[in-house]
Amino acid sequence: MEIKKAIISVKDLVKKYDDFVAVQGLSFEVYENEIFGLLGPNGAGKTTTLEIIETLRDKTSGEIIVDGFSVDKQAQDIKQIIGVQLQAAGYYPNLNLIELIELFAGLYGANIKPMEMLEKVNLQDKAKAKYKALSGGQKQRFSIATTLINQPKIIFLDEPTTGLDPQARRNLWDLITEIRNAGTTVVITTHYMDEAEQLCDRVAFVERGQIIALDTPDNLIDNLVNSGFERKKEVKKANLEDVFINLTGKEWRE
Amino acid sequence: MNTGNSGSSLETEGLNAETEKAPFRKLGSYSNTTATLALAKASFRSIMRSPSAVVFTLAFPLIFILVFGFLGGGGTRIDVGVTPGSDISNPVITMLSKTGMIRLVMDKSRADFDKLLEKGNIDAMIDVHRKVNSAAYSVNVVYTSASRDKGGILKSVLNNVFYDKTLKPSVAEIKENTIVGREYKTIDFILPGQLGFSLLSTGVFGTAFVFLSLRQTLVIKRFFATPVKRSSIVIGEGIARIGFALIGALFIILIGHFFFGFTLVHGVATVINMLLLATMGIIVFMGFGFIISGIAKNESMVPPISNIVTLPQFLLSGTFFSIEAFPSWLQPISRALPLTYLNDAMRKVAFEGLGLWDVKFQIMILLIWGIGIYAVAVKVFKWE
Repeated sequence: MEIKKAIISVKDLVKKYDDFVAVQGLSFEVYENEIFGLLGPNGAGKTTTLEIIETLRDKTSGEIIVDGFSVDKQAQDIKQIIGVQLQAAGYYPNLNLIELIELFAGLYGANIKPMEMLEKVNLQDKAKAKYKALSGGQKQRFSIATTLINQPKIIFLDEPTTGLDPQARRNLWDLITEIRNAGTTVVITTHYMDEAEQLCDRVAFVERGQIIALDTPDNLIDNLVNSGFERKKEVKKANLEDVFINLTGKEWRE
Repeated sequence: MNTGNSGSSLETEGLNAETEKAPFRKLGSYSNTTATLALAKASFRSIMRSPSAVVFTLAFPLIFILVFGFLGGGGTRIDVGVTPGSDISNPVITMLSKTGMIRLVMDKSRADFDKLLEKGNIDAMIDVHRKVNSAAYSVNVVYTSASRDKGGILKSVLNNVFYDKTLKPSVAEIKENTIVGREYKTIDFILPGQLGFSLLSTGVFGTAFVFLSLRQTLVIKRFFATPVKRSSIVIGEGIARIGFALIGALFIILIGHFFFGFTLVHGVATVINMLLLATMGIIVFMGFGFIISGIAKNESMVPPISNIVTLPQFLLSGTFFSIEAFPSWLQPISRALPLTYLNDAMRKVAFEGLGLWDVKFQIMILLIWGIGIYAVAVKVFKWE
C-alpha cells in the first residue's frame, strides 16, 4: 500500500487521575480518510483518549497533533475542523431537530441549511420532532448530523451503535461509510468486533491504557490464525445475526 | 473483506477530500457574537416551551395580583382625627386633605379621639403645630393597632407628602407615635412585590435547573467540542432569561395597570425604569441560580436548595406584607435580603414616581449583593 498521510498523531499520551492512570503512553496515528477503530473493554481508556484528542480533556503528558494543530496551543483551531459525537450526550431541551441544527450552526459559525443536514442522515421527516422522541437509531443519526455541520475533516464517534438493533446498526454503518467516502476521516470506538471488522480500515486494541495491537482487521486475524489459533467450534458459513437479518429483513424500521 | 474495497477507494476519495476542504478553511472568521445569539435564541425558545418557567414567571404572580387586586380594591378612606388646638392652616393638613384619600375629623375633644382610636373608628390622630422660634412645623401622629392597615397607608401618604419639595423646608420633624401597619394593601403594594418574586423565581429556579441539566445531559460538553467560548454560553443563557423575565414583567405591569389600576406615575417612563430595575434584579438572582447549579448534585436537589434562597425572601422581603409589620428582631434579616431592596425600589419608582437616581441606595445594595453572589458563583459553578 502507498504511504498514507497521518491526520492525527498521538505520541506517548499519558492521562492520570489522582491515583489512577487511565492512559499510559499511548502512541498511534490516524491516516487521512480512513475509518480508524479504537477497540477495547470498558475502562480501557478509549473514551479518555478520544476526549483528549477532541480537546475536551487535558492530558498529563504526551504530544498530539491534529491536522497540523497542537492540542496544547491550538485547541480552538482543532475544534473548527472536527466533529464530535459523545457517548450518551443529550441535546438542548425543548427544541426540535431543525432548531438544534440551527443552534449548532451558530456555535460553529457555519452557514448551512438545517434541512439539508437532516437529509444527509435521512431524518427530514423528523424535522419538527424533539430529540427525546427519536428512536435509538435516529438519535445516533441525528448526533452524526450535528458532527457534520462544520464540514469537518475528522469526525469522532464514541460507541455510536451501542444499544441499536441489527438493522439500525447496519444502517449506521452505511451512513458512516458514506461520510468517509465523501472525504472525511472517521475515528470510532466500539465493542462489536464484527462491526470493526466490517467498517474499519485499521483498528487499535486498547487495554489498560495501552495499545496492545494496531493493524488492519485482516492482518490481525491472519496473524492470529498463523500463530496456530483455531476456533473451538467449527465455523459455519453464517451466524445467528445473519439468521436474524435474513428473517426480519434488512430494511430498517424507525 | 472490506479492506480491499477501501484500499482502492482511498485514492479517489483523497482527491475529493482536497476539493471539499477548500471552502471552509477560513478559521479567523469565527464570530462569538453569532454563537452567543444562537444560544440566546435556542435558550429563549426552550424557556418559552417550558411549562414551569411560564407558571413561575407569569401565572403565580398574576394569581396573587388577581386575589389581592380584588381584595384590596380601591376606595380606601382613612379617617384622621385632628387634635384640638392643632394649627389647621398649616401646609401639612392642606396637603393631606388634597390627597382625597383622607377624611379629617375635627371638633372632638382629645378624650373622644382617644376612645375612637381605641375602637378603630378613626384610623389615626394627627397633631401639627409650629415649633417654637422656628418657621418649621412639628407633626405628631398617633396610629392605632385597631386599624393597622389604614394607619400604614396614612404613614406612607405622610411620607409622600413630606417628600414633596415645596413642603420640605417648612417641616422640621415628624414625630410618629407608632403602631406599625402595612404600607399599602392595594395593587400598588402587591404588584411590585409580585414582580420581584417573579424575577427571583425565574432567576433562581430557571438558571439552576437549566445549567444543572445542561451539565448532566452533557449538552455543555458537546458545546465545548465546538469553538464556542464559555462566556458565550453564560451570556447567551443570560440574554434569553433576562429577555423572558422582562417580557413577563411587562406583561404583569400592563395587566396590573389596565385591569387593576396599578399606578404608573410617569407612564411609559416609569415602566422603563421598572424594567431597568427588573434587569438588575434578575441578574443578581441568576447568580443564586449559578451557585445552586454548582452545588446541587442532581435535579431533585434543586428545588429544596432554591427554596432556601427564595422562600425567606418571598416571605420576608415585603412581597405581601410591609417589612415594618415584622417583629423588630426579624427586621434586620429582612433588611439584609436583596429582594427587599428590589421591591422597595420598584414601589418607589412606580408609586412615588421617583427616578432611578433617587433609588440609588437600593440599587447599590443590589449591586453589592450581585458582586458577592457572583464572587461565590465563580468559585462553585461547575462546567462538567
